[in-house]
Amino acid sequence: MPVEDNGHTEAGGQSSLPEQLAAHRDYLYRFALAQLRDENHAEDVVQETLLAAVQKAASFSGRAQLRTWLTGILKHKIIDVFRQQTREALPAGPEHDEATLTDDEFDDLYFNADDRDHWRSFPQTWANPERSLEQKRFWEVFDACTKGMPAQTARVFILREFMGLETEEICKELGITTNNCWVLLYRARMNLRQCLEMRWFDGARQ
Amino acid sequence: MEQDNDKMRRSPRSEEVKLNCKQVSVLLSQAQDQPLSALERLRLEAHLKLCAGCENFMKQLEFLRAAIRRHPLVRPRDGDGE
Repeated sequence: MPVEDNGHTEAGGQSSLPEQLAAHRDYLYRFALAQLRDENHAEDVVQETLLAAVQKAASFSGRAQLRTWLTGILKHKIIDVFRQQTREALPAGPEHDEATLTDDEFDDLYFNADDRDHWRSFPQTWANPERSLEQKRFWEVFDACTKGMPAQTARVFILREFMGLETEEICKELGITTNNCWVLLYRARMNLRQCLEMRWFDGARQ
Repeated sequence: MEQDNDKMRRSPRSEEVKLNCKQVSVLLSQAQDQPLSALERLRLEAHLKLCAGCENFMKQLEFLRAAIRRHPLVRPRDGDGE
């Protein structure tokens, strides 16, 4: 019969903070890997997150779930990595190609070259898309599709859709123009929906 | 990379009043991130009424957003460890 012992976490029987943190390590790693797509970077941000968690332990109110709190810290670490990568990628690197793909060149991939009123691959009706969400295989295809995006496009998309940042925040964090942000989000969505249509909803579905 | 978008945001000349599928796809993407103007919405609706492809595209974008909220890593179910 537990009576009014809320908040008394120092009592015997409680696992120590490092033990509690360790229990979330695997989740944090998978979360980081999904966003960063690089094992070393994922390992680093998880390490930094756990370290920060120990240092900030006093500010953890206990009202939030520990995992939610840790994920919040982790997200900031991931944004730091994205910012760093964006800065490093500006002069050259894979993003260079992506950045030089003009609107016209990009549009040629999805619309008829001489008639932008015609989709090259007409978007289909996706049958029972809700049901796909229950399927593990769907998420494998989904993750493969996001991995297939050009790096900077994927970063902006992840910040927007997975981390829920507003576009202005993304521009500020990554130091890119608003317009660049819109364009990359547009490209990400075009890319992702086509990938899913080809690799999941068309044929492989259910 | 930028010109087209700018063109889209400017108020339309009469010959540009009708949106093509490409422009519609740009606007539908932007609608995911910020509210569109009344004029933009009118022009979108006019196009969508006549274009099943763009209507499917719109539904797909809406689905994608909802789907990501339920991504196993974004919202892990209890006991869902692998």
